[in-house]
Amino acid sequence: MERHEYDVVVIGAGGAGLRAAIEARQQGKRTAIICKSLFGKAHTVMAEGGAAAAMGNVNSDDNWMVHFRDTMRGGKFLNNWRMAELHAKEAPDRVWELEAWGALFDRTKDGKISQRNFGGHEYPRLAHVGDRTGLEMIRTLQQRVVALQQEDFAVHGDYEAYIKVFAECTVTRLLKDDGAISGAFAYWRETGKFIVFDAPAVVLATGGIGKSYVVTSNSWEYTGDGHALALLAGAQLINMEFIQFHPTGMVWPPSVRGILVTESVRGDGGVLRNSLGERFMFNYVPDVFKDKYATSEEEGDRWYTDQANNRRPPELLPRDEVARAINAEVKAGRGSPQGGVFLDVSSRLPAAEIIKRLPSMHHQFKELADVDITKEPMQVGPTCHYIMGGVEVDADTGAASVPGLFAAGEVSGGMHGSNRLGGNSLSDLLVFGRRAGAGASQYVDGLTRRPAVTGVEEAMAEAVAPLERGGGENPYELHHELQRTMNELVGIIRKAGEVGDALDVVEKLKERAHNTASTGGKIYNPGWHLALDLRNMLLVSECVAKAALIREESRGGHTRDDYPGMSPDWRRKLLVCSAPPDGSEVTVVEKEQPSMRDDLITLFDRGELSKYVTEDELAEYDAALAAKKRES
Amino acid sequence: MGYKAKFRVWRGEGGDGKLEDFTVEVNEGEVVLDVIHRLQATQAPDLAVRWNCKAGKCGSCSMEINGKPRLGCMTRMSTFEEADTITVTPMRTFPVIKDLVCDVSFNYQKAREIPSFTPPADVRPGEYRMQQIDVERSQEFRKCIECFMCNNVCHVIRDHEENKTNFAGPRFLMRIAELDMHPYDVADRKDAAQEEHGLGYCNITKCCTEVCPEHIKITDNALIPMKERVVDRKYDPLVWLGNKIFRR
Ligand SMILES: Cc1cc2nc3c(=O)[nH]c(=O)nc-3n(C[C@H](O)[C@H](O)[C@H](O)COP(=O)(O)OP(=O)(O)OC[C@H]3O[C@@H](n4cnc5c(N)ncnc54)[C@H](O)[C@@H]3O)c2cc1C
Repeated sequence: MERHEYDVVVIGAGGAGLRAAIEARQQGKRTAIICKSLFGKAHTVMAEGGAAAAMGNVNSDDNWMVHFRDTMRGGKFLNNWRMAELHAKEAPDRVWELEAWGALFDRTKDGKISQRNFGGHEYPRLAHVGDRTGLEMIRTLQQRVVALQQEDFAVHGDYEAYIKVFAECTVTRLLKDDGAISGAFAYWRETGKFIVFDAPAVVLATGGIGKSYVVTSNSWEYTGDGHALALLAGAQLINMEFIQFHPTGMVWPPSVRGILVTESVRGDGGVLRNSLGERFMFNYVPDVFKDKYATSEEEGDRWYTDQANNRRPPELLPRDEVARAINAEVKAGRGSPQGGVFLDVSSRLPAAEIIKRLPSMHHQFKELADVDITKEPMQVGPTCHYIMGGVEVDADTGAASVPGLFAAGEVSGGMHGSNRLGGNSLSDLLVFGRRAGAGASQYVDGLTRRPAVTGVEEAMAEAVAPLERGGGENPYELHHELQRTMNELVGIIRKAGEVGDALDVVEKLKERAHNTASTGGKIYNPGWHLALDLRNMLLVSECVAKAALIREESRGGHTRDDYPGMSPDWRRKLLVCSAPPDGSEVTVVEKEQPSMRDDLITLFDRGELSKYVTEDELAEYDAALAAKKRES
Repeated sequence: MGYKAKFRVWRGEGGDGKLEDFTVEVNEGEVVLDVIHRLQATQAPDLAVRWNCKAGKCGSCSMEINGKPRLGCMTRMSTFEEADTITVTPMRTFPVIKDLVCDVSFNYQKAREIPSFTPPADVRPGEYRMQQIDVERSQEFRKCIECFMCNNVCHVIRDHEENKTNFAGPRFLMRIAELDMHPYDVADRKDAAQEEHGLGYCNITKCCTEVCPEHIKITDNALIPMKERVVDRKYDPLVWLGNKIFRR
């Protein structure tokens, strides 16, 4: 069997994985990058709007503290505040670094990186390139990897001496030795042959889980592999009940349902209307945000040109608010003909400007839906987009609870709390990708012996099983059933009874998944690949549903019809999922979230905090504030 | 408005294979990739095809549809008549692995042979200052989603395997132009473009421009200007130096 030795193995070649690998290689570690698709095609390529970083290029009042506050507010204060702090402080450096590696962002008049408005961000903050920022980011990181390979070639005569990409290669198990990571087991998609990575440190950067839902902006890669690999290796997942339904996905034609319509459409002036022509978002500003958003269309419109003297329009509320509002309008019978609402930018900007600012949206609607967005409104509705939950990690190093295991990017949990702000993912990938790469390198430096690879036989038996069964379940059918179930029963609005039903279905599907059969051989066989992905999707869906059933409140990406309010007591609680190595059953336990550091909590004013936290926490805040005053 | 369409799809591994006939349901608004997926789910579970974003952003699902290089996800079924037989084959210039999936490693090798972005040593991250108008030329080329259809269609290598060693293809000649036009790149790329990467093989038939799903004007905006720069350079190296300084 093919076998390779590395210091650090990074699973995933999106923004987080590439940034982690670059860091590990820059710290002198022999690094492998493994990915399911071709190099340069990871999900990050689809990101449109931009990367949030408080550089203050467009509004000089912006700084890390404002960004930190916005992030915590967006996440309804459930965020791991240390991650939110590091993220806000380090994002500008990470974006500037991309520029030094060749990225070409759009510019301000004075030649700096331009920044655009996005939901939940107080100031224009998203570095962008039109509406194809993810492409720019992934290409830049890919080209940085190539640059490092060229350096290695110059010195060692081998491009792959220190960093090598294993593309179209899927990891199905993490390997361990005496409780610590010792490597990973994978198969080549092209040949079906197996491959073992012998490495003391693994960084998971596998992205999200959207393929458990029918209507999603995510691609086939998003089968929750990293989440499942971590669970099966003994690590914990947190916040799995929080899933972001992006408010604006395409709703027609059916084959493109769910494909994303970037938030930049709203950031650049697009407005939402129902079938009566009303700008309904004005009716959905929640109490906690009342004083931050415009109360009239006139004020909202003025904000685009004069932000100092006006409040932003409610179309730019955090995503969970907008998604619920659209959902409610459609349910109330005020939806568009194709089951969404109208998003109009044509009456707000000249055609040439729309094509310049939103080229790929213009192209996407024209090619896929015969809609010219410079002339007519789009029809949009919520789509499963992003999972806030993921591997529980140490904020500073990305380390999971299993020694040698690290995670960064969408597969990690905590940073975004119960709801992620747009643009905060791309910056998250860079900040925590780098930190996880560094964390893994340090971990390797501290080892006194290399752990031994074990468990290869078992991993191989598990992987070939669907090919060896004579007959059995069709993996495509199981997948469709899971997607429908999650969409209908654990979607944007949840009820105890329905989530319970979903769990029953998942339980039965898990049984059936043990009996999938894939026809055909090992060479590039998608039916076989899907059969293996099913284990992961089912495990992750079980986590989502179980946590959703336990959390009896509504917050961010978790809305319970039977518990519509946000509860300060629940704010302090994280739900932690774990599972045995065979994945037979997910257990969920509650864990208390540590109190925010004094210098961070005092960045908020009391009035705002009181909407989120308990009386006890307010007393702590008062004490912290008094101490701060005494010092100054 | 669903109907049954006739599809002929290339099936096979390595060098061997043949076109197989399928009759398959098509629904309103669907694209060719949707139909391929339906074939997988209902008739040919091991049919190999690459795809990712399904929105024309990742460049994975390049294939030849009725002989023309296209992205499967951006080719609407409504562009065909219901009676048409639609033939789907893998890209011809690259070796086939299985069905619609080719070995595109040629492209990654070429990418690695082009010297990377080379900024001046004294500019630190955060200090870059560039005008929009100066970055726009390179930005156009950075829209490339690496579907590799331009390299697939380029006759220099499509019909001449022997040229592959000496020719980077439109994708990577455009990458050289992109770097050459980057306001902060200080590397001298002209001689290498001509001598190592085969710019001279290009006789500007614009096939690459025609197939580009991003509508990048590869020939007019990248290859021809690059050829001009190479020629200028041959006359007068000072022109090159002057250009570089002037552009700051
Ligand atoms: C349409 C769309 C638009 C978006 N726009 C924005 C935006 O404007 N701003 C923003 O901040 N965020 C945006 N997001 C979110 C953001 O793009 C993602 O959260 C982010 O790109 C995830 O990056 P990642 O590095 O964690 O993973 P990804 O980029 O998804 O990469 C995952 C990698 O892991 C690999 N992988 C997975 N499983 C395995 C396995 N078992 N074995 C081997 N490899 C594996 C995959 O092949 C892939 O290389 C958008 C998301 C979508 C879908």
